Amino acid sequence: MAGNSPLVGVLALQGDVREHEGVLAELGIAHRQVRNAEQLAEVDALIIPGGESSVIDKLTRIFGVRDALVAAIQRGLPVLGTCAGLILLADRVTGGLDDQQTFGGLDVTVERNAFGSQVDSFETTIDMPAIGGAPIRSSFIRAPIVRDAGSTEVIATLPTGEIVGVRHGNIVGISFHPEVSNELRVHDWWVRTVVVPSLR
Amino acid sequence: MAENTVGTLRIKSGLADMLKGGVIMDVVTPEQARIAEDAGAVAVMALERVPADIRAQGGVARMSDPDLIDAIKREVKIPVMAKARIGHFVEAQVLEALEVDYIDESEVLSPADYVNHIDKSNFTVPFVCGATNLGEALRRITEGAAMIRSKGEAGTGDVSEATKHIRTIKSEIAALAAKNADELFVAAKELQAPYELVKWVSENGKLPVVLFVAGGVATPADAAMMMQLGADGVFVGSGVFKSGNPVERAKAIVKATAAYTDAKVIAEVSRGLGEAMVGINVNDLPAPHRLSERGW
Repeated sequence: MAGNSPLVGVLALQGDVREHEGVLAELGIAHRQVRNAEQLAEVDALIIPGGESSVIDKLTRIFGVRDALVAAIQRGLPVLGTCAGLILLADRVTGGLDDQQTFGGLDVTVERNAFGSQVDSFETTIDMPAIGGAPIRSSFIRAPIVRDAGSTEVIATLPTGEIVGVRHGNIVGISFHPEVSNELRVHDWWVRTVVVPSLR
Repeated sequence: MAENTVGTLRIKSGLADMLKGGVIMDVVTPEQARIAEDAGAVAVMALERVPADIRAQGGVARMSDPDLIDAIKREVKIPVMAKARIGHFVEAQVLEALEVDYIDESEVLSPADYVNHIDKSNFTVPFVCGATNLGEALRRITEGAAMIRSKGEAGTGDVSEATKHIRTIKSEIAALAAKNADELFVAAKELQAPYELVKWVSENGKLPVVLFVAGGVATPADAAMMMQLGADGVFVGSGVFKSGNPVERAKAIVKATAAYTDAKVIAEVSRGLGEAMVGINVNDLPAPHRLSERGW
């Protein structure tokens, strides 16, 4: 972490790791894949990608990185979670597997796969006042919804009122995939307003 | 505020992106689907007979009973895929009505049309299709496939055809990327694929959709080898539930796929799995019985 140029990790156990790396590369932000505690210790921030939340959960337990992840999040590591990443950051999940665990960090209740099956997945644009400018292009793929935002700040809602983005301190979770939609502004905003200020 | 748009190529290929690094398992009962989900499969393929049994029992293999697909959908939370026969667009309509998450237009079933594949762009549900080479992959993508899997030789437990197909597709992509712009017109003719798509692959050095491997994967080492050869993920058909210990083998293949460069992990998960599926050498199969030669 030289000056104010952070090294951003992408949790690379399963899911759309490559798409997040592509966004970070386009933004000119240094990044690396994170698969274990040693790699986690080297990064200034972490992206938890889309994927199957139950599978990422299992793999973090199998490969012994879960405890380090939970501890890092509790210490205030800046984290961005998209879709499965949001589920993994939620303190409470409905519609998950019986044995599904999360890392926690966001005082929210998230409903997994809340829109239905894949034929109900959709693209749209949404306003994110924190980011401003033109509406954000977004892909909702078997996406979750925040049913109770608890003590978090709501940063994105659909026109129908469903909460699809929340922030609590350094932790940001969104239901959708800017990284699949050629949308750079969410990552750019997160790095500028959350990650960079966290560097000392 | 924009309307919501369903069934775009981005949404279709986006779900395949989310499956990357994962294992998709063939299941024939809700109980097997539960084992697959518990083991960490990213999706299940719901079907009535695994390829090894289709091969052994013969006859016409068709789309599964909707009751079976519904029962499997009720059992698990992960995506559920199902197979339609090559060219059987009404089976595909039925599977879409059942709200499966992905349709596999599959050579493992008996083809319904020996000339045409399904026009997949007409559907909201995404399709995965098999391919043995780059031209075949690009033709399927042109028809609307949002995910490609190499075919391998399903139901054999012999990984050699899967190896051949992923190596062929990868080396043909590399050869295309090395061509000059003025050579791409003839390349498109030879690949029997649209020029614009051929040009895109040449410029980007990859397929525009996710590439999984299927057909003959039976061990954790098989799965890791396919990943090291450049697969985005792995389909396991008969390999899990035709083995001696499906529960442990399913978990082991998931772990080996995720940690595919770590030989120590692959060694550890390969211990004590009991018998692998018995297997048939592809070379012992008479040509008419080779499923990978279905589709064109």
